[in-house]
Amino acid sequence: MADRPDADREAGANKPTLRLHVPEPKFRPGDTVDFSHIQVSEPGAQPRPDEACDARETAPLCHDLIRVLGDDNHAHGPWDPKLDPDTLRTMLGHFALVRAFDERMFRGQRQGKTSFYMKCTGEEATSVAAAMALASDDMVFPSYRQQGVLIVRGYDLVEMINQIYSNKGDKLKGRQLPIMYSSREHSFFSISGNLATQTPQAVGWAMASAMKGDSRIAATWVGEGSTAEGDFHSACTFATVYNAPVILNVINNQWAISSFSGFAGAERTTFAARALGYGLAGLRVDGNDALAVYASQRWAANRARANAGPTLIEYFTYRAEGHSTSDDPTGYRSAQEREEWPLGDPVMRLKNHLIALGEWDEERQEAMDREAAERVKAATKEAEKNGVLGHGMHQPFRTMFEDVFEELPWHLKEQAEQATRERLIKFHGGRPQ
Amino acid sequence: MSAEVKENQAAQSGTERRLNMIEAINDALDIMLERDPDVIVMGEDVGYFGGVFRCTAGLQKKHGKTRVFDTPISECGIIGVAVGMGAYGLRPVPEIQFADYIYPGLDQLISEAARLRYRSATEYIAPMTVRSPFGGGIFGGQTHSQSPEAIFTHVSGLKTVIPSTPYDAKGLLISCIEDNDPVIFFEPKRIYNGPFSGYYDKPAEPWKRHPQSVVPEGYYKIPLGKARTVTEGDAMTVLTYGTMVHVVESVCREKGVEAEILDLRTLVPIDIEAIEASVERTGKCLIVHEATRTSGFGAELSALVTERCFYHLEAPVERVTGFDTPYPHSLEWAYFPGPVRIGEAIDKLLKD
Ligand SMILES: Cc1ncc(C[n+]2csc(CCOP(=O)(O)OP(=O)(O)O)c2C)c(N)n1
Ligand SMILES: [Mg+2]
Repeated sequence: MADRPDADREAGANKPTLRLHVPEPKFRPGDTVDFSHIQVSEPGAQPRPDEACDARETAPLCHDLIRVLGDDNHAHGPWDPKLDPDTLRTMLGHFALVRAFDERMFRGQRQGKTSFYMKCTGEEATSVAAAMALASDDMVFPSYRQQGVLIVRGYDLVEMINQIYSNKGDKLKGRQLPIMYSSREHSFFSISGNLATQTPQAVGWAMASAMKGDSRIAATWVGEGSTAEGDFHSACTFATVYNAPVILNVINNQWAISSFSGFAGAERTTFAARALGYGLAGLRVDGNDALAVYASQRWAANRARANAGPTLIEYFTYRAEGHSTSDDPTGYRSAQEREEWPLGDPVMRLKNHLIALGEWDEERQEAMDREAAERVKAATKEAEKNGVLGHGMHQPFRTMFEDVFEELPWHLKEQAEQATRERLIKFHGGRPQ
Repeated sequence: MSAEVKENQAAQSGTERRLNMIEAINDALDIMLERDPDVIVMGEDVGYFGGVFRCTAGLQKKHGKTRVFDTPISECGIIGVAVGMGAYGLRPVPEIQFADYIYPGLDQLISEAARLRYRSATEYIAPMTVRSPFGGGIFGGQTHSQSPEAIFTHVSGLKTVIPSTPYDAKGLLISCIEDNDPVIFFEPKRIYNGPFSGYYDKPAEPWKRHPQSVVPEGYYKIPLGKARTVTEGDAMTVLTYGTMVHVVESVCREKGVEAEILDLRTLVPIDIEAIEASVERTGKCLIVHEATRTSGFGAELSALVTERCFYHLEAPVERVTGFDTPYPHSLEWAYFPGPVRIGEAIDKLLKD
């Protein structure tokens, strides 16, 4: 069937043969990893344009890599946010807590306490440092890997774990997959499992804030793989058309489950460079450099606040662990990638910076890590009092029918009665709720 | 030689090959890639890695990167390019990683693929088979559990196919790929690795003890539009498909009810003859699906049975379905239309 009409065949005889290109990552399991093709620019060498500049002025920064922390562990150049040591230690504390939390929850899943978990190891700076650069009431539309934002905003660990365990303390009533948090109190939007849907929503929230003469801006996070979804492109178009006070953060952690960034277009251009076609300001930033992350997020926030326009920021980082507890990355990428990653580890880099400033030492770091682990452990114990997934059904069955609509229509009332009756039959004499 | 005969022969000669549903699907894809150079397989993580459920494992290595490949994460793009490939003359078999993620591709599927033959008066067609795992029972929460088949059965120009065993999965998938119309092929992920009795707290059964896990080597087809009689009986007709075939079968066995269970296999076009013949004989009809109730495919079945078999019915048609809520995470098994819900409906029909 796949052939051209005969008339064309003649005409095509002298034309060159077409070939399909299918991207291929540089390394597969077992390969020796050499990242020398990754451009690692000189820390401090990137210009910092005025926050209200014409979006076109950011063009060179879309192909560069904004970096602040050098190999000498000191901060360099115009993007240095000049944070005081206390702020830096606070940031390090958030890092420690996120890492300890991820460790413990991952283990909890392996122990059967819940169905699913996702770590953000190696990418902590892209949520922690970014959230610190925003105002605490700026609205955040996250993907599933921004637990760092909640930690920065002081969300209660016990609440987070209740959600992960879908237990009776879970304020989302056990409805959502683990880690699909929501906290209006922390200006943190309900997380969707459907990729990139949050990006136009962030733009819409920002438009609404502008319509109402509010002062709060919106920020959204999306994985590099997910930028292929139409939603992301709609977000970019609306953001630029309405000059919305929004920040579009693209977390380029190189992988989307088993697909490398080339399947989202990275073989040809950068994710930051997408900004140019839309007329957005664009920045490409070392995502493992907490100071560069902070500074770039603050630049974009100031720009949005000044009605100077939206910004698309690519944070260049590396997903150091599997996609989720359901994934085993040894099946598709070289284990050496993590070790060879040229931009290092964000936590180590910040720690070494503080040490270089004479404001920190290994003993204090160890104490901080220990304390973080203890805090998570205590929170886990507390949450486990509310139960873990799989040990019975923690929510009254009627809660399944609540919130589908504001009010329960007749058919859901009937179905709720059915569910309650089934509970009685299934758990002989079990108390209907 | 019919496939059934072959299957029996294989079983008797001791050369039977038992596969789970994933392996059977993989086998069908492998055979079609081999037989027809116009068949291509694509989707998120289906290439090198072989799919998050492993349905395409090894196929890229065997058939090459331009026949089996990964795609960008864009369901709209995946289905849209499949329309274009079909227009060229290929037979794309795109995978959508979870049925819950097919929605960004709906415009391409509903407005384009399903209508291309009609609007171009057959100048162009879109012969694609969109494979996608669907259904709950794996603690996937609301975005890894849905059964959206009725959205597709409502679209003119789309066929909807749902296998319930490895043997059927292979034969049906081959038919779908050879079909010149766009087909949605929903794979019940709960039974990828084994049939399911509906008791989530009992140990999982592997496929290898199920007679329908005998999957002959090589090419065979199961025609679209034909139901399978799972069990014969006079007590009532049960119309069902996918995971629920096994749940219903086990409930009937447990209750000692001799029901005629029809595994519909193809929802559009439906095997109306088999339905009519059975309901006219039994006089009672139970419809079971996991999807939400309102405007679910059960509503269509109920209407068909009522319109066409009314004077044979001894009792009103009964429907057992999922509830009209998103699929909850922790209350998954309260949501699932399990043995208790099905048992009640059977009792009611028997009493009438
Ligand atoms: C619409 C949609 N399609 C597919 C999926 C399945 N899926 C979940 S995560 C993922 C990879 C996303 O990768 P990326 O955007 O790079 O984010 P990362 O996981 O690296 O943070 C895929 C394909 C989904 N959740 N939603
Ligand atoms: Mg990614």
